[in-house]
Amino acid sequence: MSNLQSDLPMPIQGTLESEKARRSRSTALLEWLQGWLVTVDHKRLGILYILYSIFFLLVAGAEAIFIRIQLAIPNNHFLTAEVYNRFFTMHGTTMVFLVGMPILFGFANYVVPLQIGARDMAFPRLNALSFWLTAFGGMLLYFSFLGGGLYGAGNAPDVGWFAYAPLTARTFSPGNATDYWALALIVSGFGTLGTAVNIIATIFSMRCRGMTLMRMPLFTWLYLVVSGLTLVTITPLTAAQFMLLIDRYLGGHFFDTQAGGSALVWVHFFWIFGHPEVYVLVLPAFAIANEIIPVFSRKAIFGYPAMVAASVGIMFVSLGVWAHHMFTVGMTSVTNAFFVLSTMLVGIPTGIKIFNWIATIWGGRVRFQTPMLFCLGFLYQFLIAGLTGIMLSVAPMDWQLHNSYFVIAHFHYVLVGAIVFCIFAGLYYWYPKATGRMMSERLGKWHFWLFVIGFHITFDTMHFLGILGMPRSIYTYQPDRGWNTLNLIVSVGGFIQGIAVLIFAYNFIVSYFKGDVAGDDPWDAWTLEWTTSSPPPVYNFAEEPEVRSRRPLWDLKHPYDTDWEYEG
Amino acid sequence: MSTASRVMDLPEERAWKLPSRGRVGMLSLIIGESALFTIFVVAYIFYIGKSLTGPTPAQVLEVPILGTICLLSSSFTIWRSEHAIEHGRMRAFAGWLAATILLGLIFMAGTAIEWHKLIVHDGLTIRTNLFGTTFYSLVGLHATHVVLGLSMLSVVLVLALLDRFPASQSERFAVIALYWHFVDVVWVVVFTVVYVIGR
Repeated sequence: MSNLQSDLPMPIQGTLESEKARRSRSTALLEWLQGWLVTVDHKRLGILYILYSIFFLLVAGAEAIFIRIQLAIPNNHFLTAEVYNRFFTMHGTTMVFLVGMPILFGFANYVVPLQIGARDMAFPRLNALSFWLTAFGGMLLYFSFLGGGLYGAGNAPDVGWFAYAPLTARTFSPGNATDYWALALIVSGFGTLGTAVNIIATIFSMRCRGMTLMRMPLFTWLYLVVSGLTLVTITPLTAAQFMLLIDRYLGGHFFDTQAGGSALVWVHFFWIFGHPEVYVLVLPAFAIANEIIPVFSRKAIFGYPAMVAASVGIMFVSLGVWAHHMFTVGMTSVTNAFFVLSTMLVGIPTGIKIFNWIATIWGGRVRFQTPMLFCLGFLYQFLIAGLTGIMLSVAPMDWQLHNSYFVIAHFHYVLVGAIVFCIFAGLYYWYPKATGRMMSERLGKWHFWLFVIGFHITFDTMHFLGILGMPRSIYTYQPDRGWNTLNLIVSVGGFIQGIAVLIFAYNFIVSYFKGDVAGDDPWDAWTLEWTTSSPPPVYNFAEEPEVRSRRPLWDLKHPYDTDWEYEG
Repeated sequence: MSTASRVMDLPEERAWKLPSRGRVGMLSLIIGESALFTIFVVAYIFYIGKSLTGPTPAQVLEVPILGTICLLSSSFTIWRSEHAIEHGRMRAFAGWLAATILLGLIFMAGTAIEWHKLIVHDGLTIRTNLFGTTFYSLVGLHATHVVLGLSMLSVVLVLALLDRFPASQSERFAVIALYWHFVDVVWVVVFTVVYVIGR
């Protein structure tokens, strides 16, 4: 702007300035706000997604803290049973639908078009619609605290994040709390579907010249797989929730056992959504690790084609494992055996990935900066999570451990130990691109170490509580069960994680104003998003890039040692 | 940009063609919608014969032959319509499009008459029994998609009659046509499940 003005003759410059002076501060603020509200720019929408999710991360994290205060000592009366039920329902629902999915789609929105050298997503207006649908869904869910009906204020959904029938029937869930749960997720589900469609169309139809499918960065590849999986994952949930609303409002009988309906059908439908959903959440975490591990090991990713094949393999296998959540409902032995084996099968492509990451780090000059630290934590914790997953996939073992804290520990190892760790890694990694400033490395290390220590204190201990027989979803327990000390340890770990997240939030805000200036390529990375300025201009690239290898920026930096001479 | 000059001599890069984003987007939506319908179809099949009270499908359902013929033929007329706009024959385009909409409306009229008979004469509503619940949900979900398709087609027809839908928009029309074909294919499944297997 200043360049432009200096080229202009004096009188016009004066006119511009006097007009600027006339504009009041509030007008400028309104214009800024309007710019964000009506934006269709993929970068702004990506940032909105991420800020929205971080907000709900703090909210659902606070709910977890309340849960842990309640369980810290036996016979506690910090929360009533009713409030406790609402809190664990809202904690789970929020973390999955208002934190996990939107933040991962936020990364996709911001990074995918930049990585494939595109100007924007394939459908920018659909993109904005999807975000605002998702945002509205979240607000609707939380409005239930005020408008849940029947008992007045504070009646949020309390049926668990899986909302098993027949608890959700009108008889057992009067009021509107359950309807808020279903409607909010249907609305945000439409947003999710729109985003998935958009990402697929973007990746297939918007790639810059030369970026063939097998030259796409693995991040983009994984998002193609995730979006494909999302298409067939979120819609079954929407269908099941339509049925629930038909039962509740139109007097239907889908899940009404009194009229021949089956509560078990809900459980099947929910997990047909619910299990692939885990992969919808974890594959983007892999995507982030696929970018960070090579860059911070100073080596190209090991086994690119195997990584692509493993991701596609996980997508297909994950669609056939849902009933491993249902070993205790009494299925036939043949059904049990099928789901035991299909679940174990997931271990193969996942194992391939872990070996490839280790092989990438092997012999590299590893830089232990914050993004890499979180990725290393992810590698270790994801391995443990996978191993306890194999344990739970064995039906007789599951009969013993099902719905105990062992299961809670297992899936938090995946959701926090793998996914949240990778989300933090990704936030530290792309923050300089989005804001032009680095996050503080010192606070980042504090965040990492406190979080990793708190994480292990909480979730390692939870495994033992599960083996000692503590069931999930109970609001308190008797002091003679032998769970007292372990529960206190779990709660202490929760607080340490809470402090770590607050340090992160502080770092995230303060670095925006006071962080070191990042420059275009602070990590010496290789993909296209680092060729443009930080933050990138509205149009992303001044001229459309052309690529010849998987690491186009490496080729630019090393014209006499380019990748495309070696890639097949 | 030393690489840029070297890029140009590769034959694969000279012809850089990507699929149309409209088609990719619509195909993705269709995959998602298929999963939605699958759940309703599975629920329908699972609950066949599980109603505790009448009426049963055999007592009250009549096979909607006319509506089915109309809806399936509309796939042919819309294909002719696509063909016409690709070749710039705008009058034929509007004609075949109008025929498609007419056939879709006949199908919807058939459904309306069927539902009226079921509700008023046979006393079957969505709350009567499991058959009613699953029948109205599945057929209703499909009918909703027909209505959505008819709305899109009608907008195009109005624009075409006002000369606001030039032949250069044939790609967009092809995307809508893709959706319409999908609605047709779903009807084949719904028809088989509800009126053949379920009766």
